[in-house]
Amino acid sequence: MDATQIAIAERVAEEHRHHKKAQFFWVWAALLIMTAIEVYLTYQNMEPIRMLTILMGLSLIKAALIIGFFMHLRYEISRMKWLTMCSVVACLVLMTIFFFPDAHRVVTLGVK
Amino acid sequence: MADHVMTHDAPSVYEPSLFGTYSKKIGMWLFLLSDSLTFGALLYAYSYGRISTVGWPTPFHSQSIVNATIMTAFLLTSSLTMVLAVRASVDRDAKMQTIWLLATMICGTGFIVLHGREWTKLISEGLTLAMFPSVPGQETAGEFVNVAKNVPQFASTFFTLTGMHMLHVTLGVVYLGVVALRRKFIPILLVCWLAAWLATPSYSPFHYGAHVLLVAAVVISIILWLKPKVYDSSDVEVAGLYWHFVDLVWMFIFPLVYLMSAKIL
Repeated sequence: MDATQIAIAERVAEEHRHHKKAQFFWVWAALLIMTAIEVYLTYQNMEPIRMLTILMGLSLIKAALIIGFFMHLRYEISRMKWLTMCSVVACLVLMTIFFFPDAHRVVTLGVK
Repeated sequence: MADHVMTHDAPSVYEPSLFGTYSKKIGMWLFLLSDSLTFGALLYAYSYGRISTVGWPTPFHSQSIVNATIMTAFLLTSSLTMVLAVRASVDRDAKMQTIWLLATMICGTGFIVLHGREWTKLISEGLTLAMFPSVPGQETAGEFVNVAKNVPQFASTFFTLTGMHMLHVTLGVVYLGVVALRRKFIPILLVCWLAAWLATPSYSPFHYGAHVLLVAAVVISIILWLKPKVYDSSDVEVAGLYWHFVDLVWMFIFPLVYLMSAKIL
């Protein structure tokens, strides 16, 4: 790395030193608890659509915790946060736009 | 702009990064964004197959669910040890950095072993792909022989999605091994390759999959030969980003593939 990159990396490392270790253990515990809830719900004989909604909701919360705390995106500057998250969400929304109308048709009209 | 350009004589004054961080990390984020689209496409393909296919199987007994839950716990714990390794690296505690990286690798290896066991069990019960070698004596027997014949989409999407993830975890363990041990990791990797190749029967997909380790060993040897270096905290952090991403993807595969296909008696 050149001197500029080293200086930036050193500043980023300095920021890391201010993060409390305890928060990582809290996030880890929250992730484990949410996983346990997911497994518990699996055996509750719920309606598939309802169960899928809850499971995906929990997965999104888990993903947000991992990205925010473990991947440190929470501590990045706004430009970095918005650009990375908006771009990936936009691409996934595009996939959903292509996927859902057809999936809906299959569900409502049945498979021929 | 020119006012901000740093000179090597004054390292404390530098050109502000557009994204507030160093380029290696931005590069890894860009790679992860593109990789998330790969997994997004695979998850959508799996979901589409599930919705559009009549008689989608629910093959995962409670034993498989317990196995997958332990795998999830391994990955979540590995993320914690990884973040502690990053913390040790910024504190310049080389010993703890190596210990936490090795702990992360152990958790990752545990995940791979359990996943391999799950695959082997499913294959031995008849859930297989045409490209996999046939298991002797399993052509007609096995719980999932009919599933593989009647709903081939399940086996295709399941093995593609989980296989892609397993490959990512394997390469992640190798990546962390290089960051933690550098050249010392190459002989370890070769021993792992040989052990995996010799310990798995010739009809197992892992017998051939083990060659990924050999290819990785060759690539690492070339990289370390061309650019030998001591990895600093920025390298550990970038490796950590990759590892957390692998964990993140599993947070969607686990409920969508395993929990939504659990066999409830």
